[in-house]
Amino acid sequence: MLQEKLYEYLLHLGDNSMILGQRLGELCGHGPELETDIALTNISLDLFGQVRNYFQAAAQIKGGDATEDTIAMLRYEHEYKNVYLVEQPNDDFAHVIVRQFFFDVYHQLLLNELIKSKNETLVAIAKKSIKEVDYHVDFSSTWVKRLGDGTEVSHEKMQTAVNTLWRYSMELFNATEVEQWAAESGVGPDLDALKPFYISRVEEVLHEATLTLPEETVFQYGAKTGRHSENMGYILVDFQYMQRAYPNMKW
Amino acid sequence: MENKTLSLDEQFQKRIDNGENIEAKDWMPEKYRKTHIRQISQHAHSEVVGMLPEGNWISRAPSLRRKVALLAKVQDEAGHGLYLYSAAETLGITRDQLMEQLNSGRAKYSSIFNYPTVSWADMGAVGWLVDGAAIINQVMLTKTSYGPYARAMVRICKEESFHQRQGYEIMLSLCNGTEAQKAMAQDALNRWWWPSMMMFGPRDEDSPNTEQSMKWKIKKKTNDELRQQFVDQTVPQAEILGLTIPDKDLKWNDERGHYDFGILDWEEFWNVVKGNGLMNEKRLKDRNAAWDEGAWVREAAYTYASKQAEKRAKKTA
Repeated sequence: MLQEKLYEYLLHLGDNSMILGQRLGELCGHGPELETDIALTNISLDLFGQVRNYFQAAAQIKGGDATEDTIAMLRYEHEYKNVYLVEQPNDDFAHVIVRQFFFDVYHQLLLNELIKSKNETLVAIAKKSIKEVDYHVDFSSTWVKRLGDGTEVSHEKMQTAVNTLWRYSMELFNATEVEQWAAESGVGPDLDALKPFYISRVEEVLHEATLTLPEETVFQYGAKTGRHSENMGYILVDFQYMQRAYPNMKW
Repeated sequence: MENKTLSLDEQFQKRIDNGENIEAKDWMPEKYRKTHIRQISQHAHSEVVGMLPEGNWISRAPSLRRKVALLAKVQDEAGHGLYLYSAAETLGITRDQLMEQLNSGRAKYSSIFNYPTVSWADMGAVGWLVDGAAIINQVMLTKTSYGPYARAMVRICKEESFHQRQGYEIMLSLCNGTEAQKAMAQDALNRWWWPSMMMFGPRDEDSPNTEQSMKWKIKKKTNDELRQQFVDQTVPQAEILGLTIPDKDLKWNDERGHYDFGILDWEEFWNVVKGNGLMNEKRLKDRNAAWDEGAWVREAAYTYASKQAEKRAKKTA
């Protein structure tokens, strides 16, 4: 029973990084300059590296023929536990950066707690990942400031992206049953307790970027429990294509 | 005494003949400078456009391990683009000017990237054949006379040879796999073989710049010599894979100590060079879109940097 819960919790952790990594992977070669292409590809690489660690651990728990790839690529849409935020499309560079920033700040808070987990595997993964995610936060915060406080055009595009994406942010802190179990058993953090830190860090950077959070927001919840947006099916069409078209093969 | 009567051109050539590197601040003939801007930027453009056909498979890579490796590879290509643009900039041209030349279609890039990547096996074939052919050219360039270019090539070659092994390893996995996977690998070889052979450029008799390039040590071997080297090195690799190279005239020639091979389709070669390949239009369209849609980002970054500099200046004042 405990192992089942831990398996589910690993999916929560891995799926966010995986779907965001997939979105960033779509951008490769299409960025505004080579330097940002390199940085975003690098972040995607870090995220997929973390996913492999989480899902190798998950495959061990599941046993049988399970591998990191079957776990990553052979689930049905409703079995993915990522939040709405990470499945949002690469509408423009402003959306890419704001989506990244909203996730990175959460990710950093989460990993800093997972370092204290009672589960040794999670501690090891978190210790390795936090160094990478510190850089992600630095990268996305810097770009938020640069574009928010850049030109009028960039400011407007960034404010639009903030207004669009903020509604998906609070789902990160809306604990599912498994996340509650993780908090109660010392495996993962109490997400609710992280929320005020999150909001204050986001506000701090946005303030410096001359951007503001929307005054009234109706937050969206549900992706974590498998009710995804229309985006998700199309993400999976690409992501699962080879495994579905050529099942049971080694690559 | 004789030295005194040497012209600048002659002194320059003497330095090259002595194996000295030419550095950015050294005197150089205008033609040398222009040839290098053209060649280094074509090379940089090839790296950057080359990100597109491989980037095309990142979202569909068949396993996490392959996805990570492909991401890392395409990231390396972007890095190569950066070093090479920097090397070109030492010759007195800006990155914006270089990008404008690429986007307007005035600058060339390697024609190989105007072929489509239609299956996963293409990620293997591109690494094995395209990077394999590129390395043959590039190893030669590590000894080229222009210092910044030669130094960039040393680093690039290390990464390229890793890419080539990675590509070959993808092919090996496919060839050790199911019938469907082997068929995918053979199909990729069939499509990429001749375009890879064309990467060495026209036949020697149709390559008027070769002589000058050899004098400046931009080239040490002719196009046909390099092409032969590629065939000789690749045929045994294909045999290990159990794949058939799509050339009925391919056979070992004991007398020459090399493989003989068939005639390349030069009409196709010139067609693709002139912009009539399957993907020419799409590649340029994608590059232009990336550049145009990114204009506001670059402008904002520039404005922000100026504002920050102003603030710092005020503080210290």
